[in-house]
Amino acid sequence: MSSTATTPLVEVTNLSVHFRNADATVHAVNGVDFTLNAGEVLGILGESGSGKSVTLKTLMRLLPEKKTTIGGGMRVAGHDVLSLDRAGLIAFRGRVASMIFQEPMLAFDPVFTIGQQIAETVIQHEGVSREVAMARALEMLERVQIPSAKRRLEAYPHEMSGGMRQRAMIALALACKPQLLLADEPTTALDATVQIQILLLLRQLQKEMGMAVIFVTHDVGAAVEVSDRIAVMYAGRFVETGDVRTVIRKPGHPYTQGLLAANVLPGTGIHAGKRGDRIEAIPGAPPNMVTLAPGCAFEPRCKWAEERCGTKVPEPLPSADGGAAHLVRCVRAVA
Amino acid sequence: MFTYILKRILYVIPIGLAVSLVCFSLVFLAPGDPLSAILPPDATTELIERLKADYGFDKPLPVQFGKWVLRAAQGDLGTSIATGRPVNSEIAKAISNTFMLAMFACGIGFSFGLVFGFVAGYVRNTWLDKVVTGIAVTGVSLPHYWLGMVMVIIFAVLLDWLPAMGAGAGGSDAWAWDWEHVRFLVLPAVTLSFIPMGIVTRTTRAVVAEILNQEFVQALRAKGMDSLGVFKHVVKNAAPTLLAVMGIQLGYLLGGSILVETVFSWPGTGFLLNTAIFQRDLPLLQGTILFLAMFFVVLNVLVDILQSIFDPRIRR
Repeated sequence: MSSTATTPLVEVTNLSVHFRNADATVHAVNGVDFTLNAGEVLGILGESGSGKSVTLKTLMRLLPEKKTTIGGGMRVAGHDVLSLDRAGLIAFRGRVASMIFQEPMLAFDPVFTIGQQIAETVIQHEGVSREVAMARALEMLERVQIPSAKRRLEAYPHEMSGGMRQRAMIALALACKPQLLLADEPTTALDATVQIQILLLLRQLQKEMGMAVIFVTHDVGAAVEVSDRIAVMYAGRFVETGDVRTVIRKPGHPYTQGLLAANVLPGTGIHAGKRGDRIEAIPGAPPNMVTLAPGCAFEPRCKWAEERCGTKVPEPLPSADGGAAHLVRCVRAVA
Repeated sequence: MFTYILKRILYVIPIGLAVSLVCFSLVFLAPGDPLSAILPPDATTELIERLKADYGFDKPLPVQFGKWVLRAAQGDLGTSIATGRPVNSEIAKAISNTFMLAMFACGIGFSFGLVFGFVAGYVRNTWLDKVVTGIAVTGVSLPHYWLGMVMVIIFAVLLDWLPAMGAGAGGSDAWAWDWEHVRFLVLPAVTLSFIPMGIVTRTTRAVVAEILNQEFVQALRAKGMDSLGVFKHVVKNAAPTLLAVMGIQLGYLLGGSILVETVFSWPGTGFLLNTAIFQRDLPLLQGTILFLAMFFVVLNVLVDILQSIFDPRIRR
């Protein structure tokens, strides 16, 4: 249980996740390494199918065990996540690490009130009475700035707006003061004005409670808004890792460059180009995750692809101009 | 919540009226004259007219219907043509017999159905799921009168453990809650329980499997709920659908199974209806159908109200 100042809160080493079904094995995550310190926010940026949500769910061991092969190691706050037994997992989830979801309407049980759903979590983890748990639920709803929180305790999920539901989801996730919050595209299903409010709220709560956050998104703007560090994920690998500034200003990997060119201007939520400008899209389609290419997975779509790109997967190495903390998996970025 | 319940209860009035109209007119659609069954072939015209007047058959149909509904609303369903006794007392005995049988059959069928269904839903696509689903399909597909006869052959004839027919020793219809009487219930109740068992199993399996696939179940696990905690959520989400299905099944069984009650000579409503139809006993037929239909309506209201307690979204 000891997590001293020197050891990071989260240590993921060479994580791989494969899904087996009758006729194929899907290589969802293929060797992910990262560490995260207490109080730090890591944004994982990637398109659909890049393995970012799978990485999060693996951290909570939420994937169906029978169909999933997990390799590598994960330590969170001193827990070896992969070797936790059933009781250990129950104590871990929601208490050490907690999760918020893309669509809060689906993540809440429709037939229990918001208050009941927050309270049961507190009861499960802290064994307190219903009254104490409800008081905590109220406190959390106030903390996430839900107006007339007391009345909202009695509300069912369908009686709230999307933004309110996501606030309630955050309240639920934070009810037992976890050290790590996993956010799986928490703003994707919300409209733009609400997105910003939720991002600001998350950032504020993260600072107040001093927890670490892993924030998964495909929205560059959202990632920049909340993250200290950014990891860009492609075909189940982190192709580029670094602090926000470096990754956005000096993207080292061609995929990151393409993402930035195709996405909104960081921090403004507005596209960088003017109306009528052509948006620069990345050509081609994401790779097939059943049969992995021997070399760089981005090679088929990369405009700078060379012969050596297709032979072996590039190691994450410090980029030429980004410093030692800026790791890029591209042969061109290092040389 | 309260207004919802009140609304559901008030809906019973128009539905009840419509149901009684159907019950009343259905009987007149059938060919044959109820009085010809009890009148001698050489009856005089005056006698026919007098009897028609006595039973009110001389009035126009809408008037007959109006009178019938008014009296039915006060709890008087008329007089049986065949026995000359009040329809009420004829029905009461049969209803209580069928009710007992239906409750036993549902108790057996629902308990097995729910357990099987939850197990299959939780372990879907495993061998255990296939076994349970197989039992359920068999339960639904077996013709229950055939099953009844097989049960009689095995447990009454070959093994001689249980009585084959009736509701009491020596054909007596005095009921008591002791083994001497309850043993008469076992075979018909078990026979009748197969269909509700199969239907409840299949519905439960489907509903549970669907709920377990929903994202909120993953969210529940993600917040550290143990299996029992997750199970509570599954039950409350499944409850509205399961209640509806069980309500309908109970309703069917209360209607009495003509075939099974005939196989076991069980003096219930199915038996009574059968007799009433053959004797062209109009008041008895109408009264029995009306009573059963109203019971069905009331049962549905109860299910609606119960459902709304489990699922707040239904209240609106």
